[in-house]
Amino acid sequence: MDAFINHTGIAVPLQRSNVDTDQIIPAVYLKRITRTGFEDGLFSAWRNDPEFVLNKEPFTTGTILIPGPDFGTGSSREHAVWALQNYGFKVVIGTRFGDIFRSNSGKAGLLVALVSEEDRDRLWAAIDADPNVETTVDLPSQTITRGDIVVSFQIDDYTKHRLLNGLDDISLTLQHADTIAAYEATRPSFKPKTLPARTAG
Amino acid sequence: MGKTLSEKVWDAHVVRSAEGEPDLLYIDLHLVHEVTSPQAFEGLRLAGRPVRRTDLTLATEDHNTPTLNILAPIADPVSKKQVDTLRQNAADFGVRIHSLGDKDQGVVHIIGPQLGVTQPGMTIVCGDSHTSTHGAFGALAYGIGTSEVEHVLATQTLPQAKPKTMAVNINGELPDGVTAKDVVLALIAKVGTGGGQGYIVEYRGTTIENLSMEGRMTICNMSIEWGAKAGMMAPDDTTFAYLKGRPHAPEGEDWDAAVEYWRTLKSDDDATFDVEVDIDATQLTPFVTWGTNPGHGVPLGGSVPAPEDFDSEVEQATAKRALEYMDLTPGTPMRDITVDTVFLGSCTNGRIEDLRLAASVLKGQKKADSIRMLVVPGSARVRLQAEAEGLDQVFLDFGAEWRAAGCSMCLGMNPDQLTPGERAASTSNRNFEGRQGKGGRTHLVSPAVAAATAIAGHLAAPADL
Repeated sequence: MDAFINHTGIAVPLQRSNVDTDQIIPAVYLKRITRTGFEDGLFSAWRNDPEFVLNKEPFTTGTILIPGPDFGTGSSREHAVWALQNYGFKVVIGTRFGDIFRSNSGKAGLLVALVSEEDRDRLWAAIDADPNVETTVDLPSQTITRGDIVVSFQIDDYTKHRLLNGLDDISLTLQHADTIAAYEATRPSFKPKTLPARTAG
Repeated sequence: MGKTLSEKVWDAHVVRSAEGEPDLLYIDLHLVHEVTSPQAFEGLRLAGRPVRRTDLTLATEDHNTPTLNILAPIADPVSKKQVDTLRQNAADFGVRIHSLGDKDQGVVHIIGPQLGVTQPGMTIVCGDSHTSTHGAFGALAYGIGTSEVEHVLATQTLPQAKPKTMAVNINGELPDGVTAKDVVLALIAKVGTGGGQGYIVEYRGTTIENLSMEGRMTICNMSIEWGAKAGMMAPDDTTFAYLKGRPHAPEGEDWDAAVEYWRTLKSDDDATFDVEVDIDATQLTPFVTWGTNPGHGVPLGGSVPAPEDFDSEVEQATAKRALEYMDLTPGTPMRDITVDTVFLGSCTNGRIEDLRLAASVLKGQKKADSIRMLVVPGSARVRLQAEAEGLDQVFLDFGAEWRAAGCSMCLGMNPDQLTPGERAASTSNRNFEGRQGKGGRTHLVSPAVAAATAIAGHLAAPADL
């Protein structure tokens, strides 16, 4: 995973609530076996509508998404994160997110910045007033700066640490392989195993 | 102070705990399917890592598989490649797989309990948000993304920040015609789709105690639909009776030791939850959804709400958009809504008890001419069991299609999809825009309402017939 320190780009207001992961990318687009190429499916039900925000300038070049509450609820598909990243988004700023979406974003390197409703509305209003001003998201200071607006955002310390350093979770965990093995030795014998396979015949 | 059920299971799985870091949890069972695993296996391959515990891993094909001609090569080349990739990965890494045509193939959350690999007190994960289903056994079970799938394959652990705890107390006898599905739809309408965010939920109370394992699984299954990390229920004699004799259930002395441990898996009397919610089951009626998220539910006897009925501006805007998408007018009685398709199946309501209930309503009845009805058993064994009981003939005589097992129209990833504007009464879990096919409109219902709707041609309960 690439490290994330800060990012500056055009912020896109997606003023809808409950944009679930089926809206971010419908299931029919989940058939690829790679982590790339999912940008085609991003918001596919809305992309053909000329009035959809991503089809309007300057948002066609947007890299920071500011959706309404409960973004990324529903399915666990990490493809939703990949679709956003493949399209070019680096940051999603919002007030409430689906739990699994937020976790997936942290693992894949998409920054999810939690802000208050008031600050989200300030950012939306500022974009409405002048959409061409760039927005800067700075992870070390946990701030979002746009013109003369500066708002702070929340992120848990561990995800922040991993993003700042581009750390791969698996390598970190495997440093504790001995601890895992010691735990395994204490597991009760009645815990089920899938192998050798048993079936009802 | 005592511990809650979820705290007991959590604490028993902490491999490593360190200040400022999430706990590292051991995972007892990892379920794998074709859609969320290929990139994870590829990650292992690139890093030269094996699957750490193939004996705690189980794969099947369900999301992207056809429900017709299942032994023929999959027609869609992209779907075929994804399923073939899972088979190759299972072979390369030594993972047990139940493929199409195998008696143990089926929706991943149906086959775990069926094989008896889902047991109380376990940690269970899968790259699928409905993994919460397994919580009905007193397991801590939750959905994960593909990066986490790779992490579990490589390490059999997951770093996990500890969620808060919530109790949902559901008490009282369910009125006639009210099922577990109605309970959970009513709950989500009450608390909203974000009501459970950040919580592990324990469903408890006399209503839960009196439910079958199938009904309990239906409720835990939809925990994610109100945002909960996981949903759990304390195991009891109903749980043990369900498990006894299943292929992977413990035997002999192991069974006795297991049951002794399982009986400790309940919240202590002096345990406290961060939040408690109460539901009076005696006041519930059949519940259906009108809108585009599972929180958009009303009693079947109610009517389509107006945007003004909602408190916040955001919810009003969401309701307005949902009404447009669903092509519904506020004030319309729910029973006046005619549907085109009835879907009976999914990890929510694709178990044998669900098929029995629907068949008991349909038996000797005639399908409304305008309706197409798909019956998709949750697993190949559910299908075999239904056929042994003659339920397939009931469905066929009625005019329904009797399909092979899989996720099917729940998510419309295979050819079983709604067409634009088509309206469905569906026993599945999500009524999101386009979920069952682009432009398709979904009303979530119980199997009883699904069956009565197929007879009446409009949303209906068996009591209406």
